[in-house]
Amino acid sequence: MNEEVKLLKGNEAIALAAIRYGVDGYFGYPITPQSEILETLEAEMPWDTTGMVVLQAESEVAAINMVYGGAASGKAVMTSSSSPGISLKQEGVSYLAASELPALIVNVMRGGPGLGTIHPSQADYFQATKGGGHGDYHLIVLAPKTVQEMADFVYLGFDLAFKYRTPAMILADGIVGQMMEKVVLPPARPRRTKEQIAEQCPWAVTGKLASRKQNVVTSLELDTAKMEENNNRFQSTYRLIEQNEQRYEEYLTDDAEYLFVAFGSMARICQKVIDDMRAQGIKVGLVRPITLWPFPAEVFDRLSQKVKGMLVVELNAGQMIEDVKLASQCRVPTYHFGRLGGIVPNLGEISDAFFKYFPDAKK
Amino acid sequence: MNINDIIKPENLVYAKPRLLNDNHMHYCPGCSHGVVHKLIAEVIEEMGMEDKTVGIAPVGCAVFAYNYVDIDWVEAAHGRAPAVATGVKRLNPENLVFTYQGDGDLSAIGTCETIHAANRGENIAIIFINNGIYGMTGGQMAPTTLEGMKTSTTPYGRSVDLNGYPLAISPLLAQLDGTCYVTRQAVHTPVAVRKTKAAIRQAFENSMNGLGTSLVEIVSTCNSGWKMTPAQSNKWMEENMFKKYPLGDIKNTVK
Repeated sequence: MNEEVKLLKGNEAIALAAIRYGVDGYFGYPITPQSEILETLEAEMPWDTTGMVVLQAESEVAAINMVYGGAASGKAVMTSSSSPGISLKQEGVSYLAASELPALIVNVMRGGPGLGTIHPSQADYFQATKGGGHGDYHLIVLAPKTVQEMADFVYLGFDLAFKYRTPAMILADGIVGQMMEKVVLPPARPRRTKEQIAEQCPWAVTGKLASRKQNVVTSLELDTAKMEENNNRFQSTYRLIEQNEQRYEEYLTDDAEYLFVAFGSMARICQKVIDDMRAQGIKVGLVRPITLWPFPAEVFDRLSQKVKGMLVVELNAGQMIEDVKLASQCRVPTYHFGRLGGIVPNLGEISDAFFKYFPDAKK
Repeated sequence: MNINDIIKPENLVYAKPRLLNDNHMHYCPGCSHGVVHKLIAEVIEEMGMEDKTVGIAPVGCAVFAYNYVDIDWVEAAHGRAPAVATGVKRLNPENLVFTYQGDGDLSAIGTCETIHAANRGENIAIIFINNGIYGMTGGQMAPTTLEGMKTSTTPYGRSVDLNGYPLAISPLLAQLDGTCYVTRQAVHTPVAVRKTKAAIRQAFENSMNGLGTSLVEIVSTCNSGWKMTPAQSNKWMEENMFKKYPLGDIKNTVK
């Protein structure tokens, strides 16, 4: 399949990109606002074309453990859910990280806590970037702001997951999952052959060949010295990822005196606020972290030495702002504005918040 | 006759299966796990499936099954083995995939995954060790613990009022259209061991023939948890466990 232009929902883009990437298996469970991923995959019947397996599991817990089994055999496997379902998956995500298995997990966030709401949110930032399950681990976390990035990050997420043998997450908000946009679906890649898997994943359980020792995928190690060694290995992988994979987008930051900081759909709303404020002669810009983990600390360290202040805009009560403050070493006043419960702020609310915190910007 | 005249290859009548390695087992003397491990190793070897087999280990005493049976293994989270097996088998239909689970793993925390994997008719075999107690964590009550049976969390005996009834999960799974073979065996006598081996062989063959889910329950002893000698345990199992969990085929659509 060549490149193809389509009008798609963000969730549909993820499903079609997964088939095109050559994903071997998807295991999911319905939950709003991401059910279109499973629905689209079932409708596309990729088992007849690429051979991709699609299965509706009995629960999010079962789905992530099917992913664990598939990933253990070296296959490219994924699951998707929304916030409450992602909480259920956390046990399995911790096991994936501890067993150094590549996999892709999609969270199309809705408002919480608890059953919360089906409306959009970014309140799972802490859960996604600080671990989520038990133990010392991180996921590579990608935050798309467009339907195009929903598709592109399936490719990027899997590539990074296999490069570092670690699970990756697409952390999208309900807006990006549900909205429709033009998207260029990337050219298809063939699914990896058995030989390619054996070469790329010599650790995979495939049946013990006479030419090698048994492969065991496990997160268990009762010898404390060895368990510390395992943890140190995970940590050195995380340091490597921090070194190599920080991604962000800057918008009009060259001469900016103040910065907006936002990820996902909120970054796009902030861009419009910035355009309006620029028209009034106010020098504002935007930094949009694309990788939420590894957090793009470098850009905040650099820009915080020249701007007068930052406003972090999130669909939560103030989560990413903690990383912004750490990365900028609190050099400049940094404030948060957010709406909760599934409400998306309008342009006026955001600029009002900005001028409340930075009244001098008008002068 | 000199002993060295007898120890010759041509006189060999029995040997440890090649797939059972030389590691010292952590299982207590008298425990059923070692025998069942040996049978699994023998069956895989006899089927010539070593290079195709993936075992899914549980959480429980058999968590370290991969230290003894020399095949590829995935160590699952507690209760999730049938879901992990589903992932492996669906993506690798050419593999022989089996889970090895205890009663806590399979019939408490993993009930949901077990029932749904069996109901989908996943082409996997489930080896289910039922000794009526949690061994690894120190002898707590399992769903299969008999009424009146003392455990560390039922120190005065399991009370139905407090803890509900012992759960016989195999007949429940036999009702599902996705299962093709559900049997209950034991390994306390040579005859029982042979029957269990045949049952494991059939379960493994069923899964490779795409017939659906097979379950081999093995009623077992946990002499440490039961606070008995191995010999007392076997007797107690025959007199008590077999009443609630009688041996024999519960369902066999393959015959």
